[in-house]
Amino acid sequence: MSRDGVTPSQTVGPYFRLGLDRPEWSDLTRDGPRGEKIVVEGRVLDGDGSPVDDAVLEIWQADADGRYDHPDDGRPADERFHGFGRAMTDEAGRYRFVTIRPGRVPGQGGAPQAPHINLTIFARGLLKQLVTRIYFADEPSNEGDPVLAGIGDPAARRTLLADRQDAGAVYRFDVVLQGKGETAFFDV
Amino acid sequence: MNRELPRYARPPPGAQPPYLHRDYGSTVKRAPSRALLPLQQTLSEITGPRFRAEPELIDLTRQGKGEALGQRIIVAGRLVEEGGRPVRRTLVELWQCNAAGRYLHGKDEHDAPLDPNFTGLGRAMTNDQGEYRFLTIQPGAYPWRNTYNAWRPAHIHFSVFGPAFASRLVTQMYFPGDPLLPLDPIYNSVPDEAARRRLVSAYDPDLSKAEYALGYRFDVVLRGRESTPFEGAR
Repeated sequence: MSRDGVTPSQTVGPYFRLGLDRPEWSDLTRDGPRGEKIVVEGRVLDGDGSPVDDAVLEIWQADADGRYDHPDDGRPADERFHGFGRAMTDEAGRYRFVTIRPGRVPGQGGAPQAPHINLTIFARGLLKQLVTRIYFADEPSNEGDPVLAGIGDPAARRTLLADRQDAGAVYRFDVVLQGKGETAFFDV
Repeated sequence: MNRELPRYARPPPGAQPPYLHRDYGSTVKRAPSRALLPLQQTLSEITGPRFRAEPELIDLTRQGKGEALGQRIIVAGRLVEEGGRPVRRTLVELWQCNAAGRYLHGKDEHDAPLDPNFTGLGRAMTNDQGEYRFLTIQPGAYPWRNTYNAWRPAHIHFSVFGPAFASRLVTQMYFPGDPLLPLDPIYNSVPDEAARRRLVSAYDPDLSKAEYALGYRFDVVLRGRESTPFEGAR
């Protein structure tokens, strides 16, 4: 086999729960980090609006101060915060993460980005992952965020905003894979 | 932050599958209809999860009370970034069906026996050279309902984390000489033939253990760091 070039992606298929199910990983606050505890939940829907009951979602985010626990960030991050999470959809296509609201992360040229959570979606029928960002609809700094500003279509931009629900610190973020209300996905 | 940050190269055209691949029916209602939006990589994309001391499950043949049934195989390889830099101390997760072609999963309705001594779940951390190694059972082929009389070639699912969010990869490892490969729409979703062949493991007599198990080598190459400065134009 050749070592030249990247190994291609293949779908997780329908049976990934066998290898990827780590229920504890859906709670990024399990070690008691600093910051505002929030819930991010929603549904994954296909091109017919039907729930996708075999998707696995992964999130990666900064801590409350906007720091990633990683050598290329270099700033000391909250040791009690797990920046990585994984959750699987149920029969109604629902997923749920417990996390903290991230701080602002430096972007290109050091200008701060608005708080966001990086989201990856794997599923049967996805030959490679989809990547998007969860922003918070009630966040004033969204106005100046370069990634949001770079999305010309306001409807597409709107798909990246999680809405705060009436009941507590719960944010709703649906992922529409295709069609009406299709989520804006990124080529990272 | 004025430091130079690494940037992760994008794969060349044809080296990755498209989202919509009609021969694989499940993509039709799940592939996005719009082109992906370009994103300049920031700290969010070039950082990623690191794992410390995850409990390993590297022998899949002895997870039950007795030994799993089937042909024992050793699956080993290196996890490297493009350019050869090893991905050290990272998590490798795998899952597979048993020797009869049946997954230990409630949704698998294939009329083939389960093996009470085989779960098909593996987990390893790479060492300082980026190497991993599993002892498992040769998975069987199994039918699926994509088209009439369709069979998936024998495969093992791999989930790996590189150094960054941008280098995350889930893939499938196949076996050399499998007659089902030319017929499989998932394998053939990768347009470039050379890239596709990277999904096929190599039989390695040096890895085989005499009178015990066959050895298959499967190296995984993840998106690597570009040498050009991060702050440059895309």
